[in-house]
Amino acid sequence: MKNLKLFLPVIVFAVLAVFMWRGLYLDSRTLPSMLIDRELPDFELRTLELGDQLATVEDLPDEPFILNIWGSYCLPCLQENPIFMAAREQDLVPIIGVNYKDTDNAAREWLDINGNPFTLNIVDDTGRYGIDLGVYGAPETFIVDANGFIRYKHIGTIDYRAWQDEIMPVVRQLQSENQVAGS
Amino acid sequence: MIPELGNFALILAFCLSIVLGTLPIIGAARDNTLWMSLARPLTAGVFVFLSISLVILGYSFVTDDFSVQFVANHSNTNLPLQYKITAVWGGHEGSFLFWTWMLGGWMLAVAIFSKSVPEEFIARVLGVMGLICVGYTLFMLATSNPFDRVLPLPPADGADLNAALQDFAFIVHPPSLYMGYVGFSVVFAFAVAALLSGRLDAAWARWCRPWANAAWAILTLGLSLGSWWAYYELGWGGWWAWDPVENPPLITWLLGAAMIHSLAATEKRGVFKSWTVLLAIMAFASSLLGTFITRSGLLTSVHAFATDPTRGVYILGFLGLIVGGSLLLYAIRAPILKSEFGFGNWSREVFLLANNLILVVASAAILLGTLYPMVYQAVSGGDLISVGPPYFNTIFVPLMGILVVLLGIGPVARWKRTSREYLRQQLTRVAIAAVVLGVAIPVLLTMSVPLGTIGVCVLALWIMFSMLRDVASKVANKPSLMAGLKSLPVSYWGMQLAHFGFVMTMAGACLTSIYSIERSVLLQAGQQADLGRYTFVFEGTRPVQGPNYIADEGTIRVLREGEFLRTLHPQKQLYTASNTPATHMGIDGRFLRDLFVTLGDPRDNGAWSMTLYVKPFVRWIWLGTIFIAFGGILAVTDKRYRRYKVSKQAAADEQPAEARLAGEH
Repeated sequence: MKNLKLFLPVIVFAVLAVFMWRGLYLDSRTLPSMLIDRELPDFELRTLELGDQLATVEDLPDEPFILNIWGSYCLPCLQENPIFMAAREQDLVPIIGVNYKDTDNAAREWLDINGNPFTLNIVDDTGRYGIDLGVYGAPETFIVDANGFIRYKHIGTIDYRAWQDEIMPVVRQLQSENQVAGS
Repeated sequence: MIPELGNFALILAFCLSIVLGTLPIIGAARDNTLWMSLARPLTAGVFVFLSISLVILGYSFVTDDFSVQFVANHSNTNLPLQYKITAVWGGHEGSFLFWTWMLGGWMLAVAIFSKSVPEEFIARVLGVMGLICVGYTLFMLATSNPFDRVLPLPPADGADLNAALQDFAFIVHPPSLYMGYVGFSVVFAFAVAALLSGRLDAAWARWCRPWANAAWAILTLGLSLGSWWAYYELGWGGWWAWDPVENPPLITWLLGAAMIHSLAATEKRGVFKSWTVLLAIMAFASSLLGTFITRSGLLTSVHAFATDPTRGVYILGFLGLIVGGSLLLYAIRAPILKSEFGFGNWSREVFLLANNLILVVASAAILLGTLYPMVYQAVSGGDLISVGPPYFNTIFVPLMGILVVLLGIGPVARWKRTSREYLRQQLTRVAIAAVVLGVAIPVLLTMSVPLGTIGVCVLALWIMFSMLRDVASKVANKPSLMAGLKSLPVSYWGMQLAHFGFVMTMAGACLTSIYSIERSVLLQAGQQADLGRYTFVFEGTRPVQGPNYIADEGTIRVLREGEFLRTLHPQKQLYTASNTPATHMGIDGRFLRDLFVTLGDPRDNGAWSMTLYVKPFVRWIWLGTIFIAFGGILAVTDKRYRRYKVSKQAAADEQPAEARLAGEH
């Protein structure tokens, strides 16, 4: 019995290790974005579409749009894709992709196979723009208003429910704000 | 071609580590002298190939070989040469190679400087370190190879080194931090070797102590440099943030501090043996945990290198194997490590035990605070909370307070048994003097009753007086003061110096928290702002061109009570290659206070936002750590660690005979 307590350290360690292992796979749902109601950070990056020409904030739509962080390695992104495709077909809202820590070839192949819902794909292969955006990993989704301010952030996969209950209400509200401002 | 040679050298180092991690250990178990004698040459081989690898990575940086992915991501043609070299440890892959090379360096040092240790024991120590090296090199080759290429189309220019890392402190902070961190693997290897061989005695503790002291002293410097760098480079006026990546080194430091104290008791009195071994394992485990946290993306933080679960899984697997394995070994083998001497109620052993208890509780509390968000998230299924400085301060500050109270008594107490009368006779006057002066000085200086300051002063004076008292009573019987001071061993001075530094750091930290003031202002050229006794006059800005950045440099004249003191030049920089802004503080550092100005952003009307700080005593924090580290190094140089040329048999028989003499230090 006396020697059992010597096993205490190894047991404590084992419990801790299990938690850490779980921690690695948790949805990296983290603290609310510091960027809400701030301007979208500037960037000057390649895109999958425009060849050598670098894209900047100027190239983004001047209406409310969705900014989606994705990667070909990212399984949840595959789940989101049909939803975004449907949104594109119905012309609900422009969706800009940020191809995050990926390679161009893999990204293009992924879009060929699964369909491309994005009006533009910004290439952030180093993840540097992701740092500016406070991204922890793909997928993450931002909703940006017509003035280029980030208004909403969703961390993790967007399923139909999240799309209907979270994303679309914000998008519709921003779109109506934009119409009021424009008229 | 050249980078492939680096990769090849890395693979060779991996292969040699496998041999090093197996043959000598098996040889030691089977008493095969040939296999055991392989340990030293293999160690040298591992070190040589790791060095080649590291030099080649450095060469790729210096020659701007952007076909190497790691170079392309962390360097740039315009980067000044010294930062091209230090960019080697400016990112995950390179810093891990650097880290592994440090391990190789420690291994080589053990091979060279442990001639007096029996061959069989050294074979085990180097073998265990070889196993650790296998893990590190495999990790690099499998998940984060610094020599990976971007082919066939390498970028024309690199992405540049993170602007905050282009700084002198970054040249020295990671090397010293890593060196200290990795140094704990030496002590770990000694502990595991002791468990394997079943021999843990005073001789073992004496072999182990210099390594533990050295690693801990260097870690102290590394932590301190990191804190200093954060202070003057990041521009938030703080020096410690309880960031999830700052905490693991602090945990290692606290456990290391506990370990070197418990090693002292093991060496002098043959007590706390299995506890010392456990501390050695825990200190090393915490250093691996630090690696895991920084490099796996488990916790998000400003320091985090990369968020890649494969790396996390790998490190966790390695952690499980090495730490889980050694803790299991500990559970099975610890019963043979019996402590043979008892000790009385007021002996030094008791105070060392109290010291250990406090340090271990403090590190456990920090670990809990660091990992709690993750555990909570795992249990609650997604909600995230953050544990902030209030939690850490509430726990850490009182614990350190108790530690400091005991620190006044411990060194005065004697080994084995101390009579209460002796302690009373030694310390009563010291306590009275500390309380009287500690209350009087702050009250007279401020003409009020600042309770926090009084507490700090009383505690600091308590330590200072008790130190002086201890030195005085130790030289009392000697013919002259000088002869007395000379007769005290070097390690005694090391201890006193480190304790003095610790008190200085604590006092600095407390006082600067109490007295720091800051103010954010918006100033146009010619305008001024007051803060405390100082007036800051903004003279405007001018453009400045650096090697790889452009900047606006502000000129701020500082007046103290109307008299000109000096001019500060904070900068707002823009690193052109990566288009990242950075700030350069204007700091006037003095022994008793720092003035600190950060330049914010310009406004349309020509005004600049800026933050002014007056931070009294902040420098003491880092000065204190220099004393701590120097004390630790001084203790390593004590002659007695080299005096004993023990043969295998004699060492095995040796008992802590000098324990009786040890009452004097």
